[in-house]
Amino acid sequence: MTPAPSPDAHFARGSGAAGRAPSLWIYLVVGMLFGIVITKAEVISWFRIQEMFRFQGFHMFGIFATALPVAILTVQAMKRLGARTVQGERVVVPPKEFGTGTRFWLGGTIFGVGWALTGACPGPMFALLGSGIGVVGLILVSAMVGTWTYGLLRSRLPH
Amino acid sequence: MPSFLTDPWPWYIAGPLIGLFAPLLLWLGNRQFGVSSNLRHMCAIYPQRLGYFAYDWRREGGWNLAFGAGIVIGGFLAGYVFRNPEPIAIAASTRDALAALGIHDFSGLVPREVFGWGSLATMSGLIVIVGGGFLVGFGTAYAGGCTSGHGISGVADLQVPSFIALAGFFVGGGATTFFLLPLVFGTQP
Repeated sequence: MTPAPSPDAHFARGSGAAGRAPSLWIYLVVGMLFGIVITKAEVISWFRIQEMFRFQGFHMFGIFATALPVAILTVQAMKRLGARTVQGERVVVPPKEFGTGTRFWLGGTIFGVGWALTGACPGPMFALLGSGIGVVGLILVSAMVGTWTYGLLRSRLPH
Repeated sequence: MPSFLTDPWPWYIAGPLIGLFAPLLLWLGNRQFGVSSNLRHMCAIYPQRLGYFAYDWRREGGWNLAFGAGIVIGGFLAGYVFRNPEPIAIAASTRDALAALGIHDFSGLVPREVFGWGSLATMSGLIVIVGGGFLVGFGTAYAGGCTSGHGISGVADLQVPSFIALAGFFVGGGATTFFLLPLVFGTQP
């Protein structure tokens, strides 16, 4: 069986086999740091998400308002200055295919409904599970079923 | 436990740190910062006929699954070992609004009335946990990214689709907060 090409552009990687990919351990450590930051920032809190959607507190908006400029400036600088990865590959960010755009507004809105109900997007789900809230494991399983259902219906949905 | 280890971090510390993960992962190996692909990889672990899941999950998703496992460990350290013993300092107006929905336990990161195994016996608990989880998983796969993949990574790359998805997150979430939650919790706003 030949491996199917990845349907999503965000799986595509730079120029392929140049240099060895870093061991998975580094990603475990980076993930751990990310988990610590989002937990300490309380962005994994259902209460904070409610405060955000009700526009009653600045905390979450302050986080977006500082995270986004930092991410935009650093990523744009890397692209424009021709930065290379630690393996020496050129840094590339594959563009997302626009299609009709339906998937972005409709999928995004459906995601938003789930986000407001659970108070957790996928990153926080993993962190909440680690913080000892066991029932979040069932939220994760439900999310897997949701993703699987998308895979099932994919050819019939407008993109 | 000294309080500097358990205190929550202010937005002006946490926000810039969160923004650094997108460039860090690009630098480490052209990886697109994002978490929701893990839901797809975890489905793909079980061999399937569906084309969407027929790919080499180890090669495409190994790093992302390691990253997700790291988040669990980070959540354990920051949310359990060095847990903040104080209730989350949300706005008084939010507290009142949630109390009107019947939520009274503000002691943890999430309301225990809803996020306990016992709440699965209630319709509201099932809708939040099973229904909400399903919609997050379906929506993020359909949209091709979540708050990190679109909201941070895609926006950092100034991609129009990600701005549209981010707007969708807030439209869906806002409508749910004001119109659906009062129905789910069986009270009037």
